[in-house]
Amino acid sequence: MRGRHVDRSVSGYGGENNGSGASNHTSAGKEHMETEAFFRASKILLVAGKGGVGKTTGAAALAWSAAAVGLRVVLVEVDGTRGIASRFDAPALAYEPSELHARTTGSLYGRRITPDDALLEYLADHGMKRLGGRLVSTGTLDVIATAAPGIKDILILGKLKQLVGTDAADLLVLDTPASGHALSFLRSPKGLADTVRSGPIRRQADEVVAVLTDPALCQVVLVTLAEETPVSEVMETAYALEEEVGVALGPVIVNALLAPVPDDPPGRFAATLVTREADALTAALSFERTRVDAQSHQRDRLRRELPLAQIALPLLPVRHIGPTEIETLSTHLVNGIRHLADRA
Amino acid sequence: MSDAFDARVIVCCGPGGVGKTTTAAALGLALATSGRRVAVVTIDPAKRLAQALGLASLGNHPTPVALGDDAADGGSLWALMLDTRATFDGLVARYAPSPEQAHRILNNTFYRNIAGTLSGTQEYMAMEKLYELVHGPVDSTGTVIEAFDCVIVDTPPTRNALEFITAPERLTRFLDNRVFRALTAPARTGLRVVGVATQAVLRSLGKVVGGEVIADAIAFFQAFEGMEAGFRERAQAVLRLLRDESSAWVIVTSARAESVGEATAFAQQLADEGIVVRAVVANRMQPTFDPLPSLDPSQDDRLHDAIIRAQMINAVATADAHAIEPLLQLVRANANREVTYLHIPLQSVDVHDIAGLRVIGTALVGDRRTTVNEPARRARRRGPAR
Repeated sequence: MRGRHVDRSVSGYGGENNGSGASNHTSAGKEHMETEAFFRASKILLVAGKGGVGKTTGAAALAWSAAAVGLRVVLVEVDGTRGIASRFDAPALAYEPSELHARTTGSLYGRRITPDDALLEYLADHGMKRLGGRLVSTGTLDVIATAAPGIKDILILGKLKQLVGTDAADLLVLDTPASGHALSFLRSPKGLADTVRSGPIRRQADEVVAVLTDPALCQVVLVTLAEETPVSEVMETAYALEEEVGVALGPVIVNALLAPVPDDPPGRFAATLVTREADALTAALSFERTRVDAQSHQRDRLRRELPLAQIALPLLPVRHIGPTEIETLSTHLVNGIRHLADRA
Repeated sequence: MSDAFDARVIVCCGPGGVGKTTTAAALGLALATSGRRVAVVTIDPAKRLAQALGLASLGNHPTPVALGDDAADGGSLWALMLDTRATFDGLVARYAPSPEQAHRILNNTFYRNIAGTLSGTQEYMAMEKLYELVHGPVDSTGTVIEAFDCVIVDTPPTRNALEFITAPERLTRFLDNRVFRALTAPARTGLRVVGVATQAVLRSLGKVVGGEVIADAIAFFQAFEGMEAGFRERAQAVLRLLRDESSAWVIVTSARAESVGEATAFAQQLADEGIVVRAVVANRMQPTFDPLPSLDPSQDDRLHDAIIRAQMINAVATADAHAIEPLLQLVRANANREVTYLHIPLQSVDVHDIAGLRVIGTALVGDRRTTVNEPARRARRRGPAR
């Protein structure tokens, strides 16, 4: 990792920023500052949402944008998520961090944190290395994880907490498991307190709760599609996270939005086209318009029923979302962040 | 029309977020409309779909869905929402040698965690529920009800198709855990036979996670003593049903690159297990619009933009159809008979009522109301002739 120190204070930004000549007085500099302030508001961004809504893509675009304004970013995946590597056309992630994007202002690394690895590391750090091996080889870890559900989640969240403590990165972006799981994942520290009444795991759980509920350390970014079921679910998740976990909620990313379809007076095409072609064209546009209207209806519903800012990302007409697409989406994301700042 | 949908058991599997539950419900509706007695097991349906099926307040037993105009010729649709915990409780009650032992297990903290959180439990219980519905369904009062012509099971989203096949085995292996089994031995025989090393492991572990956690686990394994054989036999019976010729596996996918990739991995895993996929359903396929006008420099900007937009819709549709091809090839290569391929057009709004399900059901199996008197089905019907 690049060891470059990045000044925390927004006012200090620009002076030491790798001599690119960006200035606070230009509009590009202002945009940069707003984005940087957004990403420096917390140390951990938990990206959550229903399966298939673009959660991993959203996490990748957030990480990319943060690295682009100079932060040292680590993008983390856990059991039940994968796909970060493919967004960067990189090899599969491992426990040890690997670089995802070299030509960025800050730095962008990815790693995969599994409960087994986190437990082995935890036990080794606490002088119980031999025990760790036995636990995994006898299947006892599974029995223990059943006895105290959430213990695996605590191991992962505990590892994140430790990474924040060591200042190994300016920002950790976690691609959480799909929403039902995300909720139980984040509920775990509190739930565990009911089962485990003493010992280091209990202390760990209490410390993780403290991190999750401190907005200066941790925020959740929800991702959704502008469709009925995903919007309903994202609202339920948002309220549950706030009430049951007490975690701060950042903006909602509304993904895969269609571009508006221009209005055309009926019969407009008829004059210049043969009837069959005019009909097909009219039908295509009307199909598209229905979908666009349905999306904006769902965005309105989300706006009315969930008082969180929205950041819009467009639907990209590609089959594979790779680094080029992440960069494009990151531009839209930064735009959205600027709008948030303008409104504030 | 596909004979895959004449099967007694239909397992709808595929990646998450592709509309599996909706597809299963729509298929159930279409088959019920054609005169069959159908049960659909749903896993975590979206709220409005559950309401449409009348499931909002209902639980783990089949309940009739009001079909209105769709009810025809003795056909009926029953639905239930899988309750993993209640299904597991039923299994424990069935295999416990005495009500007291069942009670001890059901009240154990560790057991309650298994039923709620142990990975694979939901998959196993979905399959267990399927078995139950095929071999003697009961309603919410425990009364035995008439057998179903067809049971459709929606499956929990999983990355690995083998979860369904391996979950029973994994669960029984878990219940057989050697370390903990060894600990139950002294309770049974009064002899201290537990290895010193085992005790040391558990003692250190108790220091990390808390001693009461270990105590709960040991109490569970003691209470479970003697029930593993029954569980294992049942698990094998469930597996035989899943592998039986009368069970049709259907892969549901959307055209999204990730979904197709996962569905293809699924198909390969099923093929490796010797399970034949009878049908592939591609959901949310974009329609095409033809013939579109060609671009022409004399066109004004708005017409030009409109044509480009329409061409993009068609391009997506073509790319979608193309993306499904490798999945179809794989499934066909591993099938011993014709594989049904169906695609459901993208709906401009979400489906959450019976009318919406009817549209999708018709896209799946055609309007089967006209085929009600088909002899094969009449012969199979167990209910009174009408």
